[in-house]
Amino acid sequence: MKKGFKAFLSIALAAAMIFGMTACGGGGSSEGGEEAAAEQGKVLNIWCWNDEFQSRFNDYYPGVAEVAEDKSTTTLEDGTVVKWTINPNEGMNYQDKLDAALLAQESAAADEKVDIFLVEADYALKYVDSDYTLDVKELGLTDDDMADQYQYTKDIVTDSNGAQKGTTWQATPGLFAYRRSIAKDVLGTDDPDAVQEALADWDKFNAVAEQAAAKGYKMLSGYDDSYRTFSNNVSAPWVDGTAVNVDANIMKWVEQTKEFTDKGYNNKTSLWAPEWAADQGPEGKVFGFFYSTWGINFTLLGNSLADPEGAQEVGNGIFGDYAVCYGPEPYYWGGTWICAAAGTDNTELVADVMKQLTCNPEIMKKITLDTQDYTNSVSAMTEIAEDPDFGSAFLGGQNHIALFVEAAQKIDMSNAGPYDQGCNEGIQGAFKDYFDGNVDMDGAKANFEKTIKEKFPEIESVNWPE
Amino acid sequence: MRKVKGKEVSYAKYGYLFIAPFFIAFLIFQFIPLIQTIYYSFFEYYRSGLKIIGPNPVGLANYSALFEADFGRYAGNTIIMWIIGFVPQIIISLLLAAWFTDIRLKIKGKQFFKVVIYMPNLIMASAFAMLFFALFSDNGPVNTTLVSMGILSKPFRFLSSVWGTRGLVGLMNFLMWFGNTTILLMAAVMGINPSLFEAAELDGCSPRQTFFRVTLPMIRPILVYVLITSMIGGLQMFDVPQILTNGKGTPDRTSMTLIMYLNNHLFSKNYGMAGAVSVILFIIAAILCLAVYFTLNADDDSKRVRKRDRFKPRKEAVNG
Repeated sequence: MKKGFKAFLSIALAAAMIFGMTACGGGGSSEGGEEAAAEQGKVLNIWCWNDEFQSRFNDYYPGVAEVAEDKSTTTLEDGTVVKWTINPNEGMNYQDKLDAALLAQESAAADEKVDIFLVEADYALKYVDSDYTLDVKELGLTDDDMADQYQYTKDIVTDSNGAQKGTTWQATPGLFAYRRSIAKDVLGTDDPDAVQEALADWDKFNAVAEQAAAKGYKMLSGYDDSYRTFSNNVSAPWVDGTAVNVDANIMKWVEQTKEFTDKGYNNKTSLWAPEWAADQGPEGKVFGFFYSTWGINFTLLGNSLADPEGAQEVGNGIFGDYAVCYGPEPYYWGGTWICAAAGTDNTELVADVMKQLTCNPEIMKKITLDTQDYTNSVSAMTEIAEDPDFGSAFLGGQNHIALFVEAAQKIDMSNAGPYDQGCNEGIQGAFKDYFDGNVDMDGAKANFEKTIKEKFPEIESVNWPE
Repeated sequence: MRKVKGKEVSYAKYGYLFIAPFFIAFLIFQFIPLIQTIYYSFFEYYRSGLKIIGPNPVGLANYSALFEADFGRYAGNTIIMWIIGFVPQIIISLLLAAWFTDIRLKIKGKQFFKVVIYMPNLIMASAFAMLFFALFSDNGPVNTTLVSMGILSKPFRFLSSVWGTRGLVGLMNFLMWFGNTTILLMAAVMGINPSLFEAAELDGCSPRQTFFRVTLPMIRPILVYVLITSMIGGLQMFDVPQILTNGKGTPDRTSMTLIMYLNNHLFSKNYGMAGAVSVILFIIAAILCLAVYFTLNADDDSKRVRKRDRFKPRKEAVNG
């Protein structure tokens, strides 16, 4: 009898403890949720795919008080905590995670809801043309605020009803970055104007590739290097209804890359592979790389150093050996837009972040001067472009902003669509086998069709140009 | 008297109580999802951007689409890569098991070697694949070493060649699983009555004869078990090729396994097609399981029959 009672007592106590704990937990969180919904939230959740925006935010947003040691959170002066959720972009991973979070947005607790998420040009429309993003004008941004921004950066995030759903701090015109020392060896000059003259169209570009190969250099590093210069100059978006239309210009890329591969003008690498990065460094023998704004100050500079931790100055690796020219065709690559997620409880803060980090000309100019990134302010960029004292040490003193100002006017994003990332990655992957010689043209085409149908079940057909 | 009766009844009751958690967990986490998978395989059900399409019933359309879309080819890839790994695995394991259990060899540090050969199985498959990806990349240490030793004139692009990639997948599976198989087979060999080995030795068997005439026939049931479990494991091959080829099954989809194909559909939230792939995999795995069950049981049955046969004549003799 005694034993039985003891057992009963201990079970009852254990049960009471468990129920007590869960009851506490449940009560606590629901109370917090109700409070937050009434006014502005205390947690700002930002979703992105790398630390680029994070470092811009931490360095230039005026309200920043403290950054956590592991950078996972940033505390603002008013006590609001910014939580960073970073998921890598490749293979549509970021989109996949973001989709799951947005679909759960309604049922999430107020402090768990996505407040800001970043999108890239390749899939901006998917979110812009949905109910998951807020109109920036409803948040409080005016046309006056955004008057100094490049028009194309506003057009691409405008939905079919004319509402602008995002804003950006950067414009991303692309240039061709070449090695001065190799240009001197091959062309006899490293002057940007003379090099541009030699690379002015694709025929000339191919001729230089031949000259470079004769001297033991590679014109490009890998298969995908020139991809964007072709894919940005297509005549129609990737997808029309339920059909993928492969543009004739994409096939020109295939043709050129196959020729370069067979003749040994490239090093058979793929974008973002370690071999590709190594080709941009001191050991590289590659003439040049197609890169847009962020790629030059962010990726190329980092890869060019012999000692990544060392000072960024001439003498560390090939710092100072690169220069930029327009290249054979104008293009853009990348670009990051800030979108406000529907259901955010931090509308005021979101609007202020957008205003400060994309519309404030002072901050825009400071970012460019500090980091050499190309920011979304026509007046500030023109001012720097015309400044005879401005030059990038990394580019041997060249004023690359002047070239960007020219190139930025030619950006045309009217053929961007929601399927671009999947299609671009799909075609690069399928044709890698063709360049490697593992499949013939028909095999590569068939593999692309399979990949697309797996990625997008709604696609029914893939049409190839004649 | 009354006490004893009460105890008898309550035992059975507690028995059910104790096995209930398993059945509840099985029902919620296995059975219901299983039924759902089968159910949705007859529907068009996926996500297009942020819009959910379906579920709309489409009958067997998913299945017919599946067989049009190279299902057989991915099954073939899976089997080829499984065989590349399994053949060396079973040979090396048999050899090691025979050596480690041979009393005459007196190998020193047996325990140490057992730990070492089992070690690769403790590493996460994905970490192992990452390691191989780095080792065998175009400018990786393997290529650098081979070129500097003069064996190759220029780096061999392992991951761009069909047999390079398949071979690496097979090699990894072999390295990860041969230790496990060795230990299973050792247990089987040690389960054999030692007097059989003694008898063989007395009758003048060479070690080779002992191995082929005594050891192999005696561990046959375990060999069948190893074969079938490895087949089921091979059917579910995923993490190694997925990480090694970055989920693409390159080159030319020749290292795309069935589960990687399933994963592609799941990634685009295409529950209909993914369900159809799963159902077919389920059927194949079920057939393999039944095969194990019957081979193992048939073995017992035939023994029992033989025993009964042996008894019969005696009885008759007694009767007669």
